[in-house]
Amino acid sequence: MIYNVPFLAVVVLIAIGAYALLFKRNLIKIAIGLTILESGVNLFLITLGYREGDVAPIYTNLPSGRGMVLPVPQALTLTSIVIGVAVLALILSLIIRIYRKYGTLDSHEMRRLKE
Amino acid sequence: MKSEGLSPIVQTIAGILFPMILIFSFYVIMHGHLTPGGGFQGGAIGASAVVMLIVAFGAKNIEKKIREEKLSAFESIGGVVFIAVALLGLVMASTFMSNFLVGDIIFGKIPPFGSNLGILNSGGILPILNLAVGMKVIGGLSAVVLVMALASKEEKNDI
Amino acid sequence: MNDWIVTNAPILIIATPLFAAFLTPLVDRVSKRGRDAMVFVATLITLVIAFILAKNVFDNGLVVYTLGGKSVGLTLPSGYHVPVRIILEVDGMSVFMAMISTLTSFVGLLYSFSYIKGEGSGKYYTLFLMMLVGMLGMEMTGDLFNLFVFLEILSVSSAALIAFYARKGKPLEASIKYIIISSLAALFVLFAIGLLYGEYNLLNMGALAGEISSEATFTFTTQIAFILLFASFVLKAGAAPMHMWLPDAYGEAPGAISMVLVAATQASLYALLRVCFTVYSMAIDASTIGIILISLGLVSIFIGATMALIQINMKRLIGYAAVAEIGYILLAIGVGFFELAKVGGGGVISEYGLKALQGGVFHIFNDVLDIGLLFLVAGAVIYVTKESNLNKLGGLAHSMKYSSIFFIIGMAAVSGLPPLNGFASKILIYESVYKVSPITSIIAILASIFMLAIFVKIFHSVFMGPKLSEFATCKEAPKLMLGSMAVIAVIMIFFGLFPDFVVNNIVNPAVNALMNQAGYIGSVLGGV
Repeated sequence: MIYNVPFLAVVVLIAIGAYALLFKRNLIKIAIGLTILESGVNLFLITLGYREGDVAPIYTNLPSGRGMVLPVPQALTLTSIVIGVAVLALILSLIIRIYRKYGTLDSHEMRRLKE
Repeated sequence: MKSEGLSPIVQTIAGILFPMILIFSFYVIMHGHLTPGGGFQGGAIGASAVVMLIVAFGAKNIEKKIREEKLSAFESIGGVVFIAVALLGLVMASTFMSNFLVGDIIFGKIPPFGSNLGILNSGGILPILNLAVGMKVIGGLSAVVLVMALASKEEKNDI
Repeated sequence: MNDWIVTNAPILIIATPLFAAFLTPLVDRVSKRGRDAMVFVATLITLVIAFILAKNVFDNGLVVYTLGGKSVGLTLPSGYHVPVRIILEVDGMSVFMAMISTLTSFVGLLYSFSYIKGEGSGKYYTLFLMMLVGMLGMEMTGDLFNLFVFLEILSVSSAALIAFYARKGKPLEASIKYIIISSLAALFVLFAIGLLYGEYNLLNMGALAGEISSEATFTFTTQIAFILLFASFVLKAGAAPMHMWLPDAYGEAPGAISMVLVAATQASLYALLRVCFTVYSMAIDASTIGIILISLGLVSIFIGATMALIQINMKRLIGYAAVAEIGYILLAIGVGFFELAKVGGGGVISEYGLKALQGGVFHIFNDVLDIGLLFLVAGAVIYVTKESNLNKLGGLAHSMKYSSIFFIIGMAAVSGLPPLNGFASKILIYESVYKVSPITSIIAILASIFMLAIFVKIFHSVFMGPKLSEFATCKEAPKLMLGSMAVIAVIMIFFGLFPDFVVNNIVNPAVNALMNQAGYIGSVLGGV
């Protein structure tokens, strides 16, 4: 049961992130919700590679009887973190420009593109 | 320099710590094929050193010393080196990004088999790619934070 | 030398614009004319390599290119061959989409040379080349995580380009909507990739297809992964009811970016086809998925055609017409998938199922050309008059003669009038959909006529009428813009006059590649 706790944490993080993304009106809170959602998915990817009682995969070979965790999900997670940083930088730059143009951070008040 | 930035104590300590953090980030970048770390992680540490300077001294003072175009050019050089080394693998050996330096003098040794610390002189083209990615990340993230810090202080004209 | 280019073409087509995109900020600091020349040469080389690769694939079949090594995988001591390397797997459908992407980027680049002036244009060309890299990477790759990375490259560069003219407020709002929705879709794609990796320990699309198609290893987790991938790629392709970002993004993008954005959404549609036809094929309940695709197509056609009626912004109206065109493609592909399910994926498909797939795939190309030409003309009107409100425009045919002729050609092609290319693909769609269910075909024909009425309304209000006083000083659009519109119009007329040539030589290899899942798996697992 103890090894299922990271997966439960993934579900909780994705739920919190989706709630903040869908139901909040402030643009900064929407950006924070997106970041929490992305953290949840990254945690899911890393937890997939865990094998009980093993060490970090930085050696060429280990004596038999000990193992290493899977290294491929770690590469996938690293790429996803980098992409998340780039997307977050873009969203925050757009929010700065929107604030200077409209003076408000409320997503309902800054809508000009209706229908 | 009281108009921007923090107090002189913080500015002095930031000035002392900046080269140490840069050396640490260079260590993390260059040992990417032996220990956890590599291009992006070391680059993010280096960018946080520049961000520390921006917070301590104020964005306008840093803009006078390190201009944003120079950071952009530094970043582009990193990108060009990355693709150039990968294409060199295409021209000199079999396929794109193939490891053609294994066995040569630069980064060419093959580490001993088993659970050991590894040697720095191994890895083929991986340390060169790590260095290129590190340059790109330092330049890119510093430029992003510098432009954002400048943009959130300006009142009138658009950047 | 020639041989070397042909063998390495799949990676050169991605590496050339990537190298040019990294060089552009350095060259931009030295001289602006040099930067223009370098970007032009890079895009031209990419176009030429795309055609060389297309000829190679049409003659010799599927091409597999391994990055970083000689063989696709490693052989364990027990004799099991694990496909671990990242590969580029190019078949008929990939080169079809690659031809579309490189052609639209080349024409868009010619158009941008006279549209984008002033400072910041160096960053525009860098982002433009990164969009091309994203599109080509998604179309060439044979690895599922590679697809995700190129999808994100495409989303971030197109969001930055939509917000390029940030002094007005509306492009900012369109761009932030686009990047948040697109990032959400990409995170769910990553979640599905994680599920598939945890289940099968494979990321290679061909090897995954081989594992999924055997009955013993297909579990409930794989179905959940399919639903997530399907919903995310339908959202990125802009089909109703997930189309809300599309009119905003197309309507507020500058000039040629609207046309390249159409090609970018077709790349996401290609990813959807790759997941449905190649990775999963008959392992899921394919007749249900076919019916879902048909209903999504019908809803898109209906919403696109009716919402386009009430718009007063010219580019936003063309954006809703683009939603309707995606509906046609999904309708035809749904009918084809439904028919493929009847024969179990391995046998010979029925006559009208093949015609539906041909019509759908042909319509992908025609959609990009037609809607692209309309966006180019709208961009020229906005460039000359600085106005995009239909109520305020009028009487422009006196000064913009050539642009109005190109608008008539685009309008006739979107509505499916002969002898243009819209008619050639739409008649295939009407004939084949009629055999499945007559009502859907009648709705599709009525929507086409409705769109003709809407575009005649635009033409009348923008180009016809007396010359207005506030546009008295407006001249014709610059020659480079007219030249790029002429290139698209010539290709459209050629496709309309010789549809048999196009269908037999370009569309048929793509359709055969889509239906041939066994060949895709065999070239990854069977050989080196």
